[in-house]
Amino acid sequence: MLGRPFRSLVAAVSVATLATTLTACGALGWAGGGGKNTIRVLMVNNPQMIDLQKLVGNFTAQTGIKVDFTVLPEDDLRDKASQEFSSQAHQYDVATLSNFEIPFYSKNGWLTPMDSYLAKDATFDQADILKPIAQSLTGSNGKVYGEPFYGESSFLMYRKDVFAAKGLTMPAHPTWQQVADLAAKADGAQSGMKGICLRGQPGWGQVLAPLTTVVNTFGGTWFDQNWQAQVNAPGFTDATNFYVNLVRSHGEIGAAQSGFTECLTDLEQGKVAMWYDATSAAGSLEGKDSPVAGKIGYVQAPVVKTQTSGWLYAWSWAIEKAGSHHDNAWKFVSWASSKAYEQLVGQKIGWSSVPAGKRASTYANPSYLSIAKAFAQPTLTAIQSANPRSPGVQPRPTIGIQFVDIPEFTDFGTKVSQDISSVIAGKKSVSSALSAGQSLAATVGKTYRG
Amino acid sequence: MTTAVASLPRSARAGRAEGRRSHSGAVLGALAWLIAIVFVVPVLWMILTSFHSESDASTNPPSIGAPLTLAGYRDFFGSSTGTSPWPYLANSATASIVSTILVLLLAIPAAYALSIRPVRKWTDVMFFFLSTKMLPPVAGLLPIFLFAQKVDMLDNIFLLIILYTSMNLPIAVWMMRSFLAEVPPAILEAASIDGAGLLYQLRKIIVPIAMPGIAATSLICFIFSWNELLFARVLTGVMAQTGPVFLTSFVTSQGLFLAKVCAAATIVSLPVLVAGFAAQDKLVQGLSLGAVK
Repeated sequence: MLGRPFRSLVAAVSVATLATTLTACGALGWAGGGGKNTIRVLMVNNPQMIDLQKLVGNFTAQTGIKVDFTVLPEDDLRDKASQEFSSQAHQYDVATLSNFEIPFYSKNGWLTPMDSYLAKDATFDQADILKPIAQSLTGSNGKVYGEPFYGESSFLMYRKDVFAAKGLTMPAHPTWQQVADLAAKADGAQSGMKGICLRGQPGWGQVLAPLTTVVNTFGGTWFDQNWQAQVNAPGFTDATNFYVNLVRSHGEIGAAQSGFTECLTDLEQGKVAMWYDATSAAGSLEGKDSPVAGKIGYVQAPVVKTQTSGWLYAWSWAIEKAGSHHDNAWKFVSWASSKAYEQLVGQKIGWSSVPAGKRASTYANPSYLSIAKAFAQPTLTAIQSANPRSPGVQPRPTIGIQFVDIPEFTDFGTKVSQDISSVIAGKKSVSSALSAGQSLAATVGKTYRG
Repeated sequence: MTTAVASLPRSARAGRAEGRRSHSGAVLGALAWLIAIVFVVPVLWMILTSFHSESDASTNPPSIGAPLTLAGYRDFFGSSTGTSPWPYLANSATASIVSTILVLLLAIPAAYALSIRPVRKWTDVMFFFLSTKMLPPVAGLLPIFLFAQKVDMLDNIFLLIILYTSMNLPIAVWMMRSFLAEVPPAILEAASIDGAGLLYQLRKIIVPIAMPGIAATSLICFIFSWNELLFARVLTGVMAQTGPVFLTSFVTSQGLFLAKVCAAATIVSLPVLVAGFAAQDKLVQGLSLGAVK
């Protein structure tokens, strides 16, 4: 009654079932797994982490410890990490967290302090970690809860060749007004080229990262020291108006959907003359496949009322408290954040791919400087001058430059970012977006005032 | 006007009616093609993008004629990370195939008891099955996560098999009930008079007649399980991660990824497409059987 093709399908499905079942039983061990000498690592899918996946065989060869990875996009990683650490599910031993999560994760008792390991591990050299980054990974009790894998601040990148052809000069420490004037002059310098790329994509880690640094230097803040929301106050409003006007007048095409990746592509493809974003972008811009390598100049983040305004961010390793392989987890952290690992990346992958921005010694390494000469010093200066405790003109209730370091920020920050993105797209006014943001922030602030 | 039409010869009226029919047939045909193109173009675009380099894939406006490369596929198969996709695809296949088999083993007897020999208040039973699909899956996510954590089932492929079985069972029961209702009662009565037992009737009469329906139900369940992302993303980690979760791991906020993701999506879609094409006849037969019913 059954046709031959269908019988074949049934047979094929049966064989596939058997094969996959055997594969699953044998190769996957039906989950749970992870022997004594295996650690499980949850990490974000950034290029530096992908390089680490390639090189982890060296760690296994040195220590005999096998590493299983789960790699996720940034937003998914944050969700997964939040669910993993809050429930102490112990699916993972180590995770990449940032200086946004580590302060309040440690306060909640979800992380293992690393001080005792650091005291015994002489080769790690904690003193070599750049001070602002080390401070941002330290809990309120003074203990170290994270070790950086790579760190970044923000700076302004511009096309030196385009500026030279147009007779424009970029100051070493520009103000935002100077940048706006330069963007107007560079707009149209080449066919299809806009003046500047600024993120407009919704997301607290997208448009709000550069915008909050602009807010800080314009004299604004999300909250004052007493957790009173300041989102529709003059400083915040002036900064947002400036940012929106600049990106709408001389910013990239499709600004409301542009994030880090889109702006990187725009600068590489000659569609913008300037870009204000993460210092870690320089590695890609100067990479061997980049069409603009050698053509980019790097200067400090533009300012208005503050001396500096670059952000501070560090993807870092944290060890889950509920884990049962703390010693092996530390060995992995110690290897991945070490000077030796940077050396390994430089030799095996290339010095432009080194996970930099965390150790002072990196910026004294001649091999690294030979490839990163154009951006090494501006990056180091930007990171060292970042002040996460006091990034603006007024005292803050908590740490953080481009974010407010409370768990609620991911939610209300994302909502505000969606409104700002709509403003950039021309669908909303700045005042209505900030009024809505003020209301959200005020509700959160109230819970912290108690 | 009516008089004029009525006075026309019969052959002329038939010709006009046929003309109207062929005209509306052409319009419907064009509409069907339009809908088909709307559905197919994104898939073709995905396949084309998967053969572009990362920089060509993210160009705006898109460059259709950019040089073709297999770099995206090489990345998917681990050339840049050393991570093989096979364990993840094997997890997907295990969860999908095993759960589909379990669903069929449970749904066919249940459908029998709801159509051929209906139990009392069988309509209430049908509604109960349907009501289990009314809760949004995300509402059950946290309780299931906490339960799985308590019973040490996180990151375990068996958990996904159980979940996919329970998620697809109500749909399968509804579909199979509709297909089993097609089985002529006279054949079963005749078989019964000839001394055929329940199992014999199921094996030799009911299953062969309902085979197109079983094929359609299996494929629907397989597709739903294979494509499921929400539960797999939350409940799996290192060992039981499935293909769709692995696919999302190519997305990055710091770099280009479109070509890689399109290559991954093309490969992850292949098993479902192959299964669909292989059983196309049975699937259409089965689905139209249910639809008519």
